[in-house]
Amino acid sequence: MDSALIPKGVKRCPIWQFALWIGANGAVLAWGAFAMLLIYIKGLNQTNMNNAYGFALWIWADLAVIALGGGAFFTGFLRYIVGKDEIKNIINFAVLIGVICYTSALLILGFDVGQPLRGWFIFWHANVHSMLTEVAFCLSAYLIVLIIEYVPVALENRQVDKIPFFHKLGHNMHEVMAVFAATGVFLSFFHQGSLGGVPGVLFARPFGFREGVFIWPWTFFLFTWSAAAVGPCFTIFITKLTEKITRKKLVKDNVIELLAKISGWMILFYIIAKIADTLYWASVTAPSKGFTFLQFYSDNPGSWYGLWILILEIGICGVLPALILITDKGRKNQASLILAVFLAVLGVALNRWVMVLQVLAIPVLSFESWAMYFPSWQEIATTILPVAYGVIMISASYRYLPIFPQERELNPMDEPAPEAQAVEPEPETTEAGPEPELSPAES
Amino acid sequence: MLPFSFEWIWDPSHLVFHGGLWYALTIIGLGVTYCVIKAVFDSIKDKGGQQH
Repeated sequence: MDSALIPKGVKRCPIWQFALWIGANGAVLAWGAFAMLLIYIKGLNQTNMNNAYGFALWIWADLAVIALGGGAFFTGFLRYIVGKDEIKNIINFAVLIGVICYTSALLILGFDVGQPLRGWFIFWHANVHSMLTEVAFCLSAYLIVLIIEYVPVALENRQVDKIPFFHKLGHNMHEVMAVFAATGVFLSFFHQGSLGGVPGVLFARPFGFREGVFIWPWTFFLFTWSAAAVGPCFTIFITKLTEKITRKKLVKDNVIELLAKISGWMILFYIIAKIADTLYWASVTAPSKGFTFLQFYSDNPGSWYGLWILILEIGICGVLPALILITDKGRKNQASLILAVFLAVLGVALNRWVMVLQVLAIPVLSFESWAMYFPSWQEIATTILPVAYGVIMISASYRYLPIFPQERELNPMDEPAPEAQAVEPEPETTEAGPEPELSPAES
Repeated sequence: MLPFSFEWIWDPSHLVFHGGLWYALTIIGLGVTYCVIKAVFDSIKDKGGQQH
């Protein structure tokens, strides 16, 4: 039924199977949308946020998806600025993941603002002394960049590409993509950093507070670095997951291994910096504010924030994946590769959790006690909503767009599928037709 | 915010923050405009070539 839209030379599941898959994810999406409507209609009383938790599950989800979406800007940097040619085989997918992550982040921010119709206030009535203003500016501008990077991929759809204007547009956009990618790197550096800067400047919250350079606390640089390091791990993880679901090899091993190697070294240097930062904070910064290190990790209900969280974040989800990914053996073994990228993703998500929620949980005055929080179902549903949206976006893009340029080569079709025969034949390229140039992805 | 807004103050903070935003948006805008205009001209050129 939709075979005319499916890229040439690749096999896709029947439409009914695809519709069932989309329908199942659509049900989750609808549940999230229902919770979203409740929040928009009834207000923020639908959440479990309170005076202790002005930032809660949504802000953690925002910070986590923004860090994981960092794979888009870093692979763009590697491809267009550094010139790593192999990355072209995974960059489309990295951009798609980036688009999903950043649209999700802005959607969640829309809930959190409470009055989304006033979202434009931050641009027009900007507080130019706030890290969050910088985040809002760069986040919105970077989403535009990501959409621009995704448009040429969408224009490569078999039917859309037949229209000469769109074919030319996609080609032109690829030609100047380095400019957009460089702008994306600039924007990402600042918004990733400023998200880290927010806990770092909270001098009344010694768990988050850090010294730094000029106006930037160390957390500014650690957040940017960790997003650049772990973003590609998330891209690899989702690629492997997509391969598992589609039961196909979609990206060659040398591409994955290159990305994993760069990511591994980035994580290693990040984790060394993170350990140094933690040691200095524990021995100098926190004591100077009247706190001992163990006060941040003890006497809380159920040991939700025990020392285990620090060991898990830095040791198991930091040092371990870095060591796996920097070794040739670790990268070549599928099980250890997947374990390493999964741990790295978990580590950065845990880091954002700690820097958003543990910061607010710890008592800072002598008469206070630990403030614990569990999100309402509406918060959980609206946080799961972007996951369903992401699955639908990836499924539709995989089905209708040449998102993996190596798929055809890695999965040759012996004979044309019956569905493909029913499709009207592609018009032969003549002098008068579109130029017989390389497809934008190939070029 | 633009300099003609009553809230605008000529200080480094406003210049850096808004300057950065305008700089990025200008590059994005010019880049997209270039691509669209070139695509229009390329398509017209191809159509012209088709007629002869």
